[in-house]
Amino acid sequence: MFTRILTSALFAGAAAGLIAALLQLYFVQPVLLHAELYEGGDLVHFGTESTVSAIQNLGGIDVVRDGLSIFFTMLVYCGYALMLVALMSLAEARGAVISARTGIIWGIAGFIAVHLAPGFTLAPEVPGVAAADVYARQVWWFSTVAATGVALWLIAFVRNWASYGIAAVLLLAPHVIGAPEPEVFTGPVPTELGALFAARAFGVGMAAWALVGCFAGHFWSSQTATESVPRTA
Amino acid sequence: MTTGTQVAAKSVSTQAIPALIALVLGFAVIFVAGHVQAGALHDAAHDVRHATGFPCH
Repeated sequence: MFTRILTSALFAGAAAGLIAALLQLYFVQPVLLHAELYEGGDLVHFGTESTVSAIQNLGGIDVVRDGLSIFFTMLVYCGYALMLVALMSLAEARGAVISARTGIIWGIAGFIAVHLAPGFTLAPEVPGVAAADVYARQVWWFSTVAATGVALWLIAFVRNWASYGIAAVLLLAPHVIGAPEPEVFTGPVPTELGALFAARAFGVGMAAWALVGCFAGHFWSSQTATESVPRTA
Repeated sequence: MTTGTQVAAKSVSTQAIPALIALVLGFAVIFVAGHVQAGALHDAAHDVRHATGFPCH
Protein backbone atom coordinates (compact mmCIF):
# COMPACT_ATOMS: atom_id res chain seq x y z
CA MET A 1 0.00 0.00 0.00
CA PHE A 2 2.74 2.45 0.98
CA THR A 3 4.68 1.60 -2.20
CA ARG A 4 1.58 2.37 -4.27
CA ILE A 5 1.17 5.74 -2.57
CA LEU A 6 4.88 6.49 -2.97
CA THR A 7 5.15 5.58 -6.66
CA SER A 8 1.90 7.34 -7.64
CA ALA A 9 2.94 10.45 -5.71
CA LEU A 10 6.49 10.59 -7.05
CA PHE A 11 5.42 10.16 -10.68
CA ALA A 12 2.63 12.74 -10.32
CA GLY A 13 4.74 15.17 -8.28
CA ALA A 14 7.77 14.99 -10.55
CA ALA A 15 5.73 15.43 -13.76
CA ALA A 16 3.53 18.23 -12.43
CA GLY A 17 6.51 19.82 -10.65
CA LEU A 18 8.54 19.93 -13.85
CA ILE A 19 5.69 21.61 -15.75
CA ALA A 20 5.10 23.97 -12.81
CA ALA A 21 8.80 24.87 -12.79
CA LEU A 22 8.80 25.68 -16.51
CA LEU A 23 5.63 27.77 -16.14
CA GLN A 24 7.18 29.59 -13.18
CA LEU A 25 10.42 30.26 -15.03
CA TYR A 26 8.55 31.67 -18.01
CA PHE A 27 5.77 33.62 -16.30
CA VAL A 28 6.85 34.35 -12.71
CA GLN A 29 10.65 34.55 -12.79
CA PRO A 30 10.86 37.65 -15.06
CA VAL A 31 8.56 39.54 -12.67
CA LEU A 32 10.67 38.36 -9.72
CA LEU A 33 13.94 39.42 -11.37
CA HIS A 34 12.43 42.78 -12.29
CA ALA A 35 11.30 43.30 -8.70
CA GLU A 36 14.79 42.43 -7.43
CA LEU A 37 16.21 45.36 -9.38
CA TYR A 38 14.08 47.60 -7.12
CA GLU A 39 14.73 45.50 -4.02
CA GLY A 40 18.49 45.86 -4.50
CA GLY A 41 18.29 49.58 -5.30
CA ASP A 42 19.40 49.30 -8.96
CA LEU A 43 16.11 50.92 -9.91
CA VAL A 44 14.14 53.51 -7.95
CA HIS A 45 10.69 54.77 -8.85
CA PHE A 46 8.78 57.73 -7.47
CA GLY A 47 5.08 57.16 -8.02
CA THR A 48 3.61 59.38 -10.74
CA GLU A 49 6.93 61.21 -11.18
CA SER A 50 8.68 58.00 -12.22
CA THR A 51 10.75 58.07 -15.39
CA VAL A 52 12.06 54.51 -15.02
CA SER A 53 11.21 52.40 -18.04
CA ALA A 54 8.86 49.50 -17.38
CA ILE A 55 10.94 47.46 -19.82
CA GLN A 56 14.20 46.24 -18.30
CA ASN A 57 16.92 43.83 -19.38
CA LEU A 58 16.43 40.96 -16.95
CA GLY A 59 19.23 38.74 -18.22
CA GLY A 60 18.79 35.29 -19.67
CA ILE A 61 18.79 31.85 -18.15
CA ASP A 62 20.93 31.38 -15.04
CA VAL A 63 21.75 27.67 -15.17
CA VAL A 64 22.50 27.17 -11.46
CA ARG A 65 19.73 29.40 -10.11
CA ASP A 66 17.07 28.16 -12.52
CA GLY A 67 18.26 24.56 -12.18
CA LEU A 68 17.84 24.80 -8.39
CA SER A 69 14.38 26.29 -8.94
CA ILE A 70 13.38 23.35 -11.15
CA PHE A 71 14.73 20.88 -8.56
CA PHE A 72 12.96 22.52 -5.63
CA THR A 73 9.67 22.95 -7.51
CA MET A 74 9.68 19.23 -8.33
CA LEU A 75 10.52 18.47 -4.69
CA VAL A 76 7.70 20.68 -3.39
CA TYR A 77 5.14 19.10 -5.73
CA CYS A 78 6.35 15.60 -4.80
CA GLY A 79 5.69 16.55 -1.18
CA TYR A 80 2.24 17.85 -2.03
CA ALA A 81 1.53 14.77 -4.15
CA LEU A 82 2.48 12.48 -1.24
CA MET A 83 -0.14 14.15 0.94
CA LEU A 84 -2.68 14.27 -1.88
CA VAL A 85 -2.35 10.58 -2.78
CA ALA A 86 -2.45 9.60 0.90
CA LEU A 87 -5.75 11.45 1.28
CA MET A 88 -7.01 9.95 -2.00
CA SER A 89 -6.30 6.45 -0.69
CA LEU A 90 -8.25 7.21 2.50
CA ALA A 91 -11.16 8.64 0.49
CA GLU A 92 -11.18 5.65 -1.84
CA ALA A 93 -11.44 3.34 1.17
CA ARG A 94 -14.57 5.31 2.12
CA GLY A 95 -16.08 4.81 -1.34
CA ALA A 96 -14.83 7.82 -3.35
CA VAL A 97 -13.97 7.25 -7.01
CA ILE A 98 -10.38 8.25 -7.80
CA SER A 99 -9.48 8.84 -11.45
CA ALA A 100 -7.66 11.37 -13.58
CA ARG A 101 -10.95 13.28 -13.98
CA THR A 102 -11.87 13.41 -10.29
CA GLY A 103 -8.18 14.04 -9.56
CA ILE A 104 -8.52 17.47 -11.17
CA ILE A 105 -11.13 18.38 -8.54
CA TRP A 106 -8.71 17.12 -5.86
CA GLY A 107 -6.02 19.29 -7.41
CA ILE A 108 -8.19 22.41 -7.45
CA ALA A 109 -9.10 21.73 -3.81
CA GLY A 110 -5.38 21.43 -3.03
CA PHE A 111 -4.72 24.74 -4.77
CA ILE A 112 -7.44 26.38 -2.66
CA ALA A 113 -5.98 24.91 0.54
CA VAL A 114 -2.30 25.77 0.06
CA HIS A 115 -2.27 28.73 -2.35
CA LEU A 116 -5.56 30.60 -2.55
CA ALA A 117 -6.60 30.46 1.12
CA PRO A 118 -3.28 31.57 2.66
CA GLY A 119 -2.72 33.98 -0.25
CA PHE A 120 -6.13 35.59 0.29
CA THR A 121 -4.74 37.37 3.37
CA LEU A 122 -0.98 36.80 3.05
CA ALA A 123 -0.65 37.59 -0.67
CA PRO A 124 2.20 35.93 -2.61
CA GLU A 125 5.17 38.15 -1.76
CA VAL A 126 7.21 39.81 -4.45
CA PRO A 127 10.86 40.22 -3.33
CA GLY A 128 11.35 43.43 -1.37
CA VAL A 129 7.86 43.55 0.09
CA ALA A 130 7.47 44.64 3.72
CA ALA A 131 6.35 41.73 5.89
CA ALA A 132 6.01 40.69 9.52
CA ASP A 133 8.31 38.19 11.24
CA VAL A 134 8.76 35.13 9.01
CA TYR A 135 8.15 32.59 11.81
CA ALA A 136 4.85 34.23 12.77
CA ARG A 137 3.77 34.17 9.13
CA GLN A 138 4.75 30.51 8.80
CA VAL A 139 2.63 29.60 11.83
CA TRP A 140 -0.31 31.48 10.31
CA TRP A 141 0.34 29.88 6.91
CA PHE A 142 0.34 26.30 8.26
CA SER A 143 -2.70 26.99 10.45
CA THR A 144 -4.63 28.41 7.50
CA VAL A 145 -3.71 25.50 5.22
CA ALA A 146 -4.75 23.00 7.90
CA ALA A 147 -8.06 24.77 8.65
CA THR A 148 -8.91 25.11 4.96
CA GLY A 149 -7.96 21.51 4.20
CA VAL A 150 -10.15 20.17 7.00
CA ALA A 151 -13.00 22.43 5.84
CA LEU A 152 -12.80 21.14 2.26
CA TRP A 153 -12.70 17.52 3.48
CA LEU A 154 -15.83 18.15 5.60
CA ILE A 155 -17.63 19.68 2.61
CA ALA A 156 -16.59 16.86 0.28
CA PHE A 157 -16.97 13.77 2.44
CA VAL A 158 -19.03 14.43 5.59
CA ARG A 159 -21.82 16.37 3.90
CA ASN A 160 -24.32 17.32 6.59
CA TRP A 161 -25.42 20.73 7.83
CA ALA A 162 -23.26 20.61 10.94
CA SER A 163 -20.17 19.85 8.84
CA TYR A 164 -21.03 22.68 6.43
CA GLY A 165 -21.31 25.05 9.38
CA ILE A 166 -17.98 23.95 10.85
CA ALA A 167 -16.40 24.18 7.39
CA ALA A 168 -17.63 27.77 6.95
CA VAL A 169 -16.13 28.74 10.31
CA LEU A 170 -12.82 27.03 9.46
CA LEU A 171 -12.68 28.74 6.05
CA LEU A 172 -13.38 32.21 7.47
CA ALA A 173 -11.52 32.09 10.80
CA PRO A 174 -7.92 32.58 9.57
CA HIS A 175 -8.93 35.69 7.62
CA VAL A 176 -11.16 37.13 10.35
CA ILE A 177 -8.33 36.61 12.87
CA GLY A 178 -5.88 38.04 10.34
CA ALA A 179 -2.30 37.29 9.34
CA PRO A 180 0.79 38.89 10.91
CA GLU A 181 1.19 42.29 9.21
CA PRO A 182 4.24 44.57 8.97
CA GLU A 183 4.17 47.68 11.18
CA VAL A 184 5.05 49.98 8.29
CA PHE A 185 5.13 49.64 4.53
CA THR A 186 8.65 49.90 3.13
CA GLY A 187 8.34 48.03 -0.18
CA PRO A 188 10.41 49.70 -2.92
CA VAL A 189 8.85 47.61 -5.71
CA PRO A 190 6.20 49.24 -7.96
CA THR A 191 2.69 48.06 -7.17
CA GLU A 192 2.30 47.04 -10.82
CA LEU A 193 4.97 44.38 -10.35
CA GLY A 194 3.62 43.25 -6.99
CA ALA A 195 0.13 42.74 -8.39
CA LEU A 196 1.37 40.95 -11.50
CA PHE A 197 3.58 38.72 -9.35
CA ALA A 198 0.68 37.66 -7.11
CA ALA A 199 -1.61 37.04 -10.09
CA ARG A 200 1.03 34.99 -11.91
CA ALA A 201 1.86 32.98 -8.77
CA PHE A 202 -1.82 32.11 -8.33
CA GLY A 203 -2.29 31.23 -12.01
CA VAL A 204 0.74 28.97 -12.21
CA GLY A 205 -0.17 27.43 -8.85
CA MET A 206 -3.66 26.56 -10.05
CA ALA A 207 -2.39 25.03 -13.29
CA ALA A 208 0.23 23.01 -11.40
CA TRP A 209 -2.28 21.75 -8.84
CA ALA A 210 -4.84 20.77 -11.48
CA LEU A 211 -2.05 18.77 -13.13
CA VAL A 212 -0.73 17.17 -9.95
CA GLY A 213 -4.30 16.13 -9.03
CA CYS A 214 -4.97 14.76 -12.50
CA PHE A 215 -1.67 12.85 -12.62
CA ALA A 216 -2.08 11.54 -9.06
CA GLY A 217 -5.60 10.31 -9.86
CA HIS A 218 -4.34 8.70 -13.05
CA PHE A 219 -1.36 6.89 -11.52
CA TRP A 220 -3.33 5.83 -8.44
CA SER A 221 -6.26 4.42 -10.44
CA SER A 222 -4.04 2.72 -13.02
CA GLN A 223 -2.17 0.93 -10.21
CA THR A 224 -5.48 -0.11 -8.69
CA ALA A 225 -6.51 -1.56 -12.07
CA THR A 226 -3.21 -3.46 -12.30
CA GLU A 227 -3.57 -4.88 -8.79
CA SER A 228 -7.16 -6.03 -9.29
CA VAL A 229 -6.29 -8.15 -12.36
CA PRO A 230 -6.24 -11.79 -11.14
CA ARG A 231 -2.84 -13.38 -11.34
CA THR A 232 -2.80 -16.59 -13.35
CA ALA A 233 0.62 -17.84 -12.29
CA MET B 1 -17.29 -13.76 -1.99
CA THR B 2 -16.26 -14.14 1.63
CA THR B 3 -12.62 -13.82 0.60
CA GLY B 4 -13.42 -10.63 -1.34
CA THR B 5 -15.16 -9.12 1.69
CA GLN B 6 -12.25 -10.04 3.94
CA VAL B 7 -9.75 -8.54 1.52
CA ALA B 8 -11.81 -5.34 1.34
CA ALA B 9 -12.07 -5.14 5.12
CA LYS B 10 -8.37 -5.78 5.50
CA SER B 11 -7.47 -3.12 2.95
CA VAL B 12 -9.59 -0.56 4.83
CA SER B 13 -7.97 -1.37 8.17
CA THR B 14 -4.43 -1.39 6.79
CA GLN B 15 -4.92 1.75 4.73
CA ALA B 16 -4.67 4.31 7.49
CA ILE B 17 -1.06 3.69 8.57
CA PRO B 18 0.60 3.89 5.11
CA ALA B 19 -1.50 6.98 4.37
CA LEU B 20 -0.41 8.54 7.66
CA ILE B 21 3.27 7.81 6.93
CA ALA B 22 2.89 9.37 3.46
CA LEU B 23 1.21 12.43 4.98
CA VAL B 24 4.05 12.91 7.46
CA LEU B 25 6.68 12.36 4.75
CA GLY B 26 4.96 14.84 2.42
CA PHE B 27 4.70 17.38 5.20
CA ALA B 28 8.41 16.96 6.00
CA VAL B 29 9.35 17.54 2.34
CA ILE B 30 7.23 20.70 2.18
CA PHE B 31 8.65 21.93 5.48
CA VAL B 32 12.29 21.41 4.48
CA ALA B 33 11.99 22.63 0.88
CA GLY B 34 9.61 25.49 1.59
CA HIS B 35 9.96 26.70 5.15
CA VAL B 36 13.30 25.95 6.85
CA GLN B 37 15.17 29.26 7.13
CA ALA B 38 18.77 27.89 7.13
CA GLY B 39 20.87 30.15 4.87
CA ALA B 40 21.98 27.85 2.05
CA LEU B 41 18.62 26.10 1.82
CA HIS B 42 16.80 29.41 1.82
CA ASP B 43 18.99 30.81 -0.97
CA ALA B 44 18.71 27.69 -3.11
CA ALA B 45 14.92 27.51 -2.82
CA HIS B 46 14.41 31.31 -2.75
CA ASP B 47 12.70 31.81 -6.12
CA VAL B 48 10.48 28.76 -5.65
CA ARG B 49 9.39 29.92 -2.20
CA HIS B 50 8.30 33.27 -3.58
CA ALA B 51 6.62 31.81 -6.66
CA THR B 52 4.83 29.14 -4.62
CA GLY B 53 3.46 31.64 -2.12
CA PHE B 54 5.36 30.47 0.95
CA PRO B 55 6.33 33.07 3.53
CA CYS B 56 9.98 33.84 2.64
CA HIS B 57 12.45 35.87 4.77
